[in-house]
Amino acid sequence: MNQTAAPTSGAAASSPAIHTVDLTKRFGGTVALAGLSMTVPRGEVFGFLGPNGAGKTTAVKVLLGLLAPSSGEGWLLGQPIGDLATRSRIGYLPELFRYQYWLSAREVLSVHCELAPLPRGSWQSAIDEALDIVGLSDRARDRVGTFSKGMQQRLGLGAALLGKPELVFLDEPTSALDPVGRHDVRRIIRELAERGTAVFLNSHLLSEVEQVCDRVAVVDHGRVIASGTMGELLTGSAVYMRVTGLDAGAKAKLSDYGPLDDEGERLTFTKLGQERIPELVAQVIALGGRIYEVIPRHQTLEDRFLQLLGSEEDK
Amino acid sequence: MPPVLVIARLTVQEASRRRLLAALMILTLIVVGFSAWGFQKITTVTNGNGETLPPEQVKIITSQLLIVVVFMYSGVLALSAAVVAGPLISSEVESGLLLSMLARPMRRSEVVIGKWLGLAVLIAIYAGGSAFLEMAAVDWATGYMPPHPIQLTLYVGAEGLVLLSLGLVLSTRLSGITGGVIALVAWLMGWIAGVVGDIGAALQNSAVEQIGVVSRLILPTDGLWRGAVYAMEPDAVLAALRAAGAAARANPFTAVDPPPIAFLIWVVVWFGLMLGLAIWSFRTREI
Repeated sequence: MNQTAAPTSGAAASSPAIHTVDLTKRFGGTVALAGLSMTVPRGEVFGFLGPNGAGKTTAVKVLLGLLAPSSGEGWLLGQPIGDLATRSRIGYLPELFRYQYWLSAREVLSVHCELAPLPRGSWQSAIDEALDIVGLSDRARDRVGTFSKGMQQRLGLGAALLGKPELVFLDEPTSALDPVGRHDVRRIIRELAERGTAVFLNSHLLSEVEQVCDRVAVVDHGRVIASGTMGELLTGSAVYMRVTGLDAGAKAKLSDYGPLDDEGERLTFTKLGQERIPELVAQVIALGGRIYEVIPRHQTLEDRFLQLLGSEEDK
Repeated sequence: MPPVLVIARLTVQEASRRRLLAALMILTLIVVGFSAWGFQKITTVTNGNGETLPPEQVKIITSQLLIVVVFMYSGVLALSAAVVAGPLISSEVESGLLLSMLARPMRRSEVVIGKWLGLAVLIAIYAGGSAFLEMAAVDWATGYMPPHPIQLTLYVGAEGLVLLSLGLVLSTRLSGITGGVIALVAWLMGWIAGVVGDIGAALQNSAVEQIGVVSRLILPTDGLWRGAVYAMEPDAVLAALRAAGAAARANPFTAVDPPPIAFLIWVVVWFGLMLGLAIWSFRTREI
C-alpha cells in the first residue's frame, strides 16, 4: 500500500483524499479495525473489499468521525478525521440507508443541502442535478415512504453527490439495486472520477469493484491483507475445471495445485499456471475424476480474493 | 438555517405529517366539548331542596373538577412527551437515518438540542392550546376562571418538558420502548412519592417527608403539578385547606403553597443538567 508521510497542516489541494496511519478500532475485546494504514490520492476510485464482518463499514465510520478510533490517526482532504468543516466537502451513502419517509425525495435532498451547507441559491439546481443523475426526477415530489429499497438507495446516492463533494464514501452502494441500477452506479462512479472526485467504494461485489476501481485493498478481520492496482493484484492465472467423480478425500489430494474454490463439480484453482494443466488433468484422472471442461484464464478479482482469504485462514 | 433549527423543524414536521398533532387536536376538541357540557350541568343541577347551587358552591365544585380535568391533560402531555421522546434519537440511530445526517458538518449536541427544541415547541403548542380552550369552555359554562391561568399553563407545560428531557436522555442509549416506559414509570413514581412526602408532613415524620422532597429534586414533575394545582385553587379552597392543617395536604390534588422560588430555580438547573447529560451521552455513543 502507498505509504506517505502524514500531511501536517492545511487542506492543500495536493493533500491526499484519505490518509491513515495505524487506525485501530476496538469494541470491548473485539478488534474491528487493526492498524489501517493507507493513502488514497485525489480523484482515485478506491475499492475496499472484504467478506461480511471484515471491518469495512467500521473503517468508513471511523474515517467519517462517526466512530472514535481507539488509536492511530487519519486525515481526510488534509484535515484530521472528525473535522466538522471538512465534512462539507464529503458525500456519504451509508450501508444502512434510511431517509425521512414522511418527506418527499426533493425535501430530503433539501435537508441535506441545508446541512451540507450549500448556498441557498444553488439548492434547486443541485437537487435537480442529483435527482437526474440517480434517475429519480419523475418521483421528486413523492414521499420517500412510497419508495422501494432500490429507490431509497438511489436517493441516498443523490444525497451523497449534492454539492459536488471532493470525496465520496459509498458503502455497499448497490446492495438494493437491480442490474440496471448497478450499471448506473458504475457509470456515476466513473463520472465522479472524471471530474476529480475521489471515491471510497466499500463492497463485497467483486465484479463491480473490478470494473470501476483504480486500486483496491482487501481487508479481513480488520486488517488489510493485500492492496494495489488491479494489475498488481491480478498477476496470476487461474484454471477452471468441470469434473465429476471426485470425493472430498480426492479433492484434498489436489492441494499441490494451489488454493481451490470448490463448488461441487465446478472447481477453480485460483492461482495455477497454465503449464501445470497437463499434470493436473493426469492427477484428476488418476484419482477417478471424469473431466468435462478445462478452461485456463487470467485470475479474476474473485479468484484473488478467495485465494487471499484462504491464505489468511491457513495462517 | 442553523443545524439545530433544521433538526427542530424536522421534529415538528414529523409530528405533523405523522398526524400526531391532528390526533391531539381532535382529542382535545372532543374533551373540551364534553367538559363544557359537563361543567354547564353544574350550574343547572339541583340540591336536595330542588334549588340550583349558589354561585360560590358552583365555583368551588368547578375548581375541584377542573383540577381533575387538568390532571387528565397533564397525563396526556406526560404520556405523549415520554412516548415521543423515548425513540427520538434511538430509533433514528437504529434505523440508520442519522448516519447520513451526522456525516454532515453538524455536532451531535446540535441534534440533541434540535430534537429537544422541536418537541418543546409541540409541548408548548399543546399545553397552551388545550389550556386556552379548556379555560374558555369552563368560563363559558360556569363563569369561573382559575386564579392564575398563565401559571397553570406554564406548570403543566413544564411538566411535559421534564418528561421530554428525561425521555431524551434515555433515548440516547436505550431503545424507544424501554426509554418511554422508564420515563412513564418515573413520572408515576414521582407522583406517588409526592403523596408519600405529604403523608410524612401530616405525620410530622421528617424522614418520610424527605421522600417527597428528594423525589421532586430527582424528577420535578410532582412539584410542578402541585404548582398547577395551586394555580387552580380559589381563595375559599385555600383557606379551607389551611384550616384543615397538614393532614389535608396528603392528597395529590391539593396544594397549600405555591412552589418555592428555590424549587423553580432548581427546575431550570435540572433542565440544563438533563440536556447536558443527553449531549454527553449521545456524543460518547458509538453509532
